[in-house]
Amino acid sequence: MLGGRAVLVSSASTVLFFVVIVVVVALAPGSELVAERFFSPFHLWRSLVGSESEPSILSAFLLNVYIFAISEVLILILALVIAVVRQIPGPVFFPFRMVAVAYTDLFRGVPLILVLYIIGFGVPGLGMAFFSYLSDVTYGIIALVLVYSAYVAEVYRAGIESVHDSQNAAARSLGLSRWQSLRFVVLPQAVRRVIPPLLNDFIGLQKDTALVSVLGSIEAARAAQIYGASQFNYASYVVAALLFILITIPLARFTDRLIARDKRRREAGALA
Amino acid sequence: MTPEKTPALVLEGVRKSFGENEVLKGIDLAVAPHEVVCLIGASGSGKSTLLRCVNLIEPLDAGRVVVEGEEITASGVDANHIRRRIGIVYQAFNLFPHMTVLRNITLAPREVLGMDRAEAEERALALLERFGLSDRRDEYPDRLSGGQQQRVAIVRALAMRPSLMLLDEVTSALDPELVAEVLSLIRELASEGMTMLIATHEMGFARDIADRVCFLEEGRILEEGPPERIFTSPENPRTRRFLSRIIAAGRL
Repeated sequence: MLGGRAVLVSSASTVLFFVVIVVVVALAPGSELVAERFFSPFHLWRSLVGSESEPSILSAFLLNVYIFAISEVLILILALVIAVVRQIPGPVFFPFRMVAVAYTDLFRGVPLILVLYIIGFGVPGLGMAFFSYLSDVTYGIIALVLVYSAYVAEVYRAGIESVHDSQNAAARSLGLSRWQSLRFVVLPQAVRRVIPPLLNDFIGLQKDTALVSVLGSIEAARAAQIYGASQFNYASYVVAALLFILITIPLARFTDRLIARDKRRREAGALA
Repeated sequence: MTPEKTPALVLEGVRKSFGENEVLKGIDLAVAPHEVVCLIGASGSGKSTLLRCVNLIEPLDAGRVVVEGEEITASGVDANHIRRRIGIVYQAFNLFPHMTVLRNITLAPREVLGMDRAEAEERALALLERFGLSDRRDEYPDRLSGGQQQRVAIVRALAMRPSLMLLDEVTSALDPELVAEVLSLIRELASEGMTMLIATHEMGFARDIADRVCFLEEGRILEEGPPERIFTSPENPRTRRFLSRIIAAGRL
C-alpha cells in the first residue's frame, strides 16, 4: 500500500501531468474550434438521444451490444469445437484435423472487413434459399463469428496444451475414455486458464462490432457518422467512443481481477 | 496350474522403446494373487515404464500382458475396460486440481462404472474414513500436504475396487517426514491381501513388505527372489554393486 508521502507525490504528479496536457492542447491554434466541434455540450447530448433528423447513438449502440452478445456465445461454442477437433488423435480423423487447421489459418489471415464484404454481399448474391435472404446484421454476426472463432480456437488450444499429459494419463488410468478425460479433466482446467485471454479477445470483438456498419446497419459508429455529416459537428464521435469505453473498461478491469486471482491461486498452490 | 491359482498378472517378453532407446528388453514376470512384488533398480532401469505398460498407458512394442487369465494385449480388447481393474498411483500424485478430494475419488466410479452419486460418495467416504482423511473431503488438492495428496491418490485408485495395484515410486516426491504415512497405508493394503506391483527406492520398505523383489537393470530383470535373500546374499554381481551403493548412501 502507498504511504502518506507516496500518496502526496503521486497526486501531485497526476495533477501536474494533466495540467500540462490541458495547457498544451488549449494553447494549440485550433483549440477553440475543436472544443466547439467535438465537445459542444449541446451536440453531445443531442447526438446521444437523437432527434427527428438523426438517429440516437444510444439506441444505435444497443445494436452493438446485441451483435456482441450473440456473437460471443456462438464464438465460444464454435471455437471450442474447432480446438477439440484439432487435437483428436488417430489417422481416421486426419481430414477433420486438416479442416480445423485450414480454418484457423484462413480466418486469422483475412482482414475482418474483407470477410464482412464477402459474406455480406457475396452470400446474398448467390440467390440461395434462406441463406441469401438474411438481414445485414445477421451477415455481420456470421462474419464476426467466423473470424473471431479462429482466434479463440487458438486460445483454447493453448489452454488444452497447457494441461500436463499426466492429468490425462491419470484419468485414463482410472478407466475414463479419451472423451471423458477431455470433458471432465482436461477441458475444465484448460478453460479456467484461458479466461483472461478470452476476455481480452472479447474486448476486441466489442469494438469490432462497429465494422458491421459497412453492410448498412446503423450501429453506434455509423449513427455518429450520420450525425456528423448532417450537423457538421463531430461531438457524435466522442459520444460513440465514450459508449464503447463504458463497456470495455469494466470488462478490462474484470480481466485484471481474474488474472490477479489466478496468480494468487497459483502461488498458494506452489506453497502447498 | 490349477484354476484358482490363475496368476493375477503375467508379463511375457515385454519390450518397449522410445525412439532409439530400448527401455524394456524383454520382461518376463508373474504375480500371484495377493502377492506383493517390489521392483528395485537405479533410475532409468525401466521400472516406471514397466508399470505404465501393464495398464497400457504406454503401448507395448512386443510381448504379452495377461491379467487374471485374460490377455489384455490381444487385439480388440477394450483398454478402458481393462484399466478399471488395475489401479495405478503415480510419483507426482496427479490429482485433479480443479476438483475436491471427494470429486476426485467419485469421478471414475460415477462416470466409468455408472454408479449413482450417493453410492459413489458413500464408498469414497468409507475409504477416506478408513485412512484418516474424512475431514479433507471438501478440500482442493493444493490445500493438502504431499503425504495427504498421495494418500488421496491411493484412495482414488482403490475406489474402483481394482484387483491389482501398481505403485510407481509413490514416496519419491515426498518430504522425508511424510513418507511414513503413505508407506503405512500401503502396508495396510498388503496385509489385507491386495495384489501389488511396486516400483520403489525405499529398500527398507521393500524388504519389509515384499513377498518377492525383482532387480531391474537396463530393461531386464537381472535377479529376483525373496527379499531376505536379495538383500542379504544377492547372486548377481550387479545386484550386489547396486545394493552396496544403496547401503553406502544410508538408504537400507
